[in-house]
Amino acid sequence: MTAVGPSRRAVVAGGALLIGFRLAAPVRALAEGGEPLGDLARTPALDSWLRLDPDGQVTVLTGKVELGQGIRTALLQVAAEELDLPQAALTLVTADTARTPDEGFTSGSHSMQDSATAIRAAAAELRALLIAAASSSWQVPAAEIGTRDGRVIGPDGRAALYGELAGAIDLHRAARLPVPLKPPAAYTVVGRSWPRVDIPGKLTGAPSYVHDLRLPGMLHGRIVRPAAYGGRLLDVQTAPVMDLPGVIHVVRDGSFLGVLAAGEFQAIQAMRALEAAARWAPGRTLPAPAALDSFLRSAPAEDIVVLDRGGAALSGGRTFAAQYGRPFIAHGSIGPSCAVALVDGAEGGVTVWTHSQGVFPLRRALAELLRLPVARVRCIHMEGAGCYGQNGADDVAADAALLARAVPGRPVRLQWMREQEQAWEPFGPAMAASLRATLDADGRIVQWTHEVWSNTHTQRPGPAGVLLAGQSLERPFPLPPPRPIPMPEGGGDRNSIPLYAFPAVRVVYHFLPQMPLRVSALRTLGAQLNVFAIESFMDELAAAAGADPVAFRLVHLDDARAQAVVKLAAERFGWARTAPGSGRGFAFARYKNLAAYCAVAAQVRVDAASARIRVGRVVAAVDSGQAVNPDGLRNQIEGAIVQATSWTLFEQVAFTPEGIISRDWNSYPIARFDAVPEQVEVHVIDRPGAAFLGTGECGQGPASAAIANAVADAVGQRLRRLPLRLTL
Amino acid sequence: MTRLMVNGLATEAASEPQTPLLYVLRDELGLHGAKYGCGLGQCGACTVLLDDAPVFSCLTPLLAAEGRQVRTVEGLGTEQRPGRLQRAFIAEQAAQCGYCIPGMIMRAQALLEREPTPDDAAIRDALQPNLCRCGTHIRILRAVRRAAAEAAGEAAGEKAGTP
Ligand code: FES
Ligand code: FES
Repeated sequence: MTAVGPSRRAVVAGGALLIGFRLAAPVRALAEGGEPLGDLARTPALDSWLRLDPDGQVTVLTGKVELGQGIRTALLQVAAEELDLPQAALTLVTADTARTPDEGFTSGSHSMQDSATAIRAAAAELRALLIAAASSSWQVPAAEIGTRDGRVIGPDGRAALYGELAGAIDLHRAARLPVPLKPPAAYTVVGRSWPRVDIPGKLTGAPSYVHDLRLPGMLHGRIVRPAAYGGRLLDVQTAPVMDLPGVIHVVRDGSFLGVLAAGEFQAIQAMRALEAAARWAPGRTLPAPAALDSFLRSAPAEDIVVLDRGGAALSGGRTFAAQYGRPFIAHGSIGPSCAVALVDGAEGGVTVWTHSQGVFPLRRALAELLRLPVARVRCIHMEGAGCYGQNGADDVAADAALLARAVPGRPVRLQWMREQEQAWEPFGPAMAASLRATLDADGRIVQWTHEVWSNTHTQRPGPAGVLLAGQSLERPFPLPPPRPIPMPEGGGDRNSIPLYAFPAVRVVYHFLPQMPLRVSALRTLGAQLNVFAIESFMDELAAAAGADPVAFRLVHLDDARAQAVVKLAAERFGWARTAPGSGRGFAFARYKNLAAYCAVAAQVRVDAASARIRVGRVVAAVDSGQAVNPDGLRNQIEGAIVQATSWTLFEQVAFTPEGIISRDWNSYPIARFDAVPEQVEVHVIDRPGAAFLGTGECGQGPASAAIANAVADAVGQRLRRLPLRLTL
Repeated sequence: MTRLMVNGLATEAASEPQTPLLYVLRDELGLHGAKYGCGLGQCGACTVLLDDAPVFSCLTPLLAAEGRQVRTVEGLGTEQRPGRLQRAFIAEQAAQCGYCIPGMIMRAQALLEREPTPDDAAIRDALQPNLCRCGTHIRILRAVRRAAAEAAGEAAGEKAGTP
């Protein structure tokens, strides 16, 4: 790796010299070009996205990362389509601070909008440049030249391989859009379900995850954390630990404590010995769990009026109110977080292999933590176990870098233990919501109020103070004050505005800066609870109006795409053929009110003796705009439904005033095979040519509400608090 | 040195005999299929076959494998030549992050060896010790059914004398 300059970078990549060029400010003209640009507007240099080798191979560079959502395959499809190239001619490089564009975090179902849109536009321009190069060498008008299968083809049948034209093309410049995109009617790759490129290796034991990275001379690290948040290390006898087999080093900096050993199990045994030897001052006291809801509703809040529309006082009608809530929810990755770090012996620079969702923000945080210039830190993404938001990925990267500093020149692999992941990851915040609505004499909603209480839903890096290690060093970094994420995407208020056409709507977000438990982004942020509340309340109001729940929703929806998913889910479920009281439930949302549309119909059975809720058949309909890979999209929605079933029926982080007590899968149960739905069907409405809409998070809110509505339908008991607990 | 058979090959492992098999496989033998998930026997990410039974390799000391057959997902096939269950998982695209899948496949392998045509309830039952956080369960079930059906189809084909 060569030193990284502020605007120009040169690294040796796969044997070829790859020059990246970053232009400081987005080019305004680009954004006005008509076609959507995604992150090409932020990073307009074409060679930040694409590289063409003389052998015809195209390298696609993305700042987004594979999280198990299939993004690698979807991005390759988009590039293959626009370039008329076979899959074998494409290589994809994902987030690496030394090689790829900075696309921030891979989160919020943004990868298709941000990265696929950029790659498509850059690929269209590369194709246009290839045609222009052929046009000038053949002296044939560009309009008469086409492309197929990695070749530029002239009207007289003459052809040139892309690689032969590589020398005539300069990608080292800003995109000059607009370049016309391929019309969707001509698509042969986008809209087809390419098998995912990463799956065969994962099923056969090929090294696929950062967890599997083995570098020469690598040591294994483990860390020790206090019993509770904010616990301070008083003292620790390290000499006996140093005598254990394989132990190389004990690292202590303030309350940061870790050990390095030759073997992984040796590191674990040394960690256990170190745990026993460490004495800690007690940490912060947590609220009593039984008082969680009242804590949320009474803690000092910053009140944000999200929407206040048509609030004229109404006379008459019937007014209803209800309160909903959810506990803290864990990401609970199946593989505890892991990182490998290497401190360069001579220069003191650091390279970290990480499954962080944002390698560039992590690089800034690590530079601050290690007191190094940003240019001396390189973060390379490798896959981890599914994270569903910010799990321990960033924290473990910092821990590994601190341990690696003790052994310059030797790579250090660190994986958290199950109990560390479970107790120290930043949870999805607990939330509370109060809804009120008025029905007029015709059974239509004329007024709607939604209040929601929640902590922030992001405490991600940049600043070193958000990292656990940053908070525990001898010279700690301050935790930056939490901030709400502004609408239209929102954080705790995400999806708090109903998509329904109500004449008067008021939405207030009570943002709670005080955070008793460590929190950050969990898939959907506040949308799960807000959609759960809105869609539960819609059912309650439908019942009060004596209306069918699906018909009641349709009456209040004026968005044609919303209506289409509602109708399709109802039709495929056979809603009209099922009877009220049979344990059926329905729900709908458009994620963030600007991403994918999703409607879910669910059927449940309740065992009268045990009060156990069993989810039977679930049918979903989704509109994600242009579907790049329909099977990948279905896979995402199926996963969302199953995960939401688990959140809805089982999950809550258990704690006492003394600390977190959910430390394994017994104290934090999630759905096993006997509890996941019996059947899940996902129907995709494809919209060729429409903008890509994110999919990964559109199903959880509707699935949670559909299950609660089905339970209410089955037993006549309305449960408004998650996880659902029936008393029969 | 502990002697054992790993995926059919006579192998010697130098790790301390009480080292869990998981770390021996991953760190000493370079077999990354089995994964660390909990170290507690609660998730099944580390599942391998010891003789013909699925075990949690995170809780199985190397010593307990002495002289026995250990099978991991690497022993069922390769990326180029995937085995029957692996092919079925690819056909059903039964993975999201995939971290849990090798453990799922090994447990399913044991089931199909014991009971070649399990019904849905039997598959769920067999896979109950294994967790998946991505919610890939529905596809995992489909993949196991597909592998069983293919095996049954071939067996029936052989009986009927068709090619
Ligand atoms: S890692 Fe062995 S059961 Fe979880
Ligand atoms: S596919 Fe991610 S845990 Fe199962």
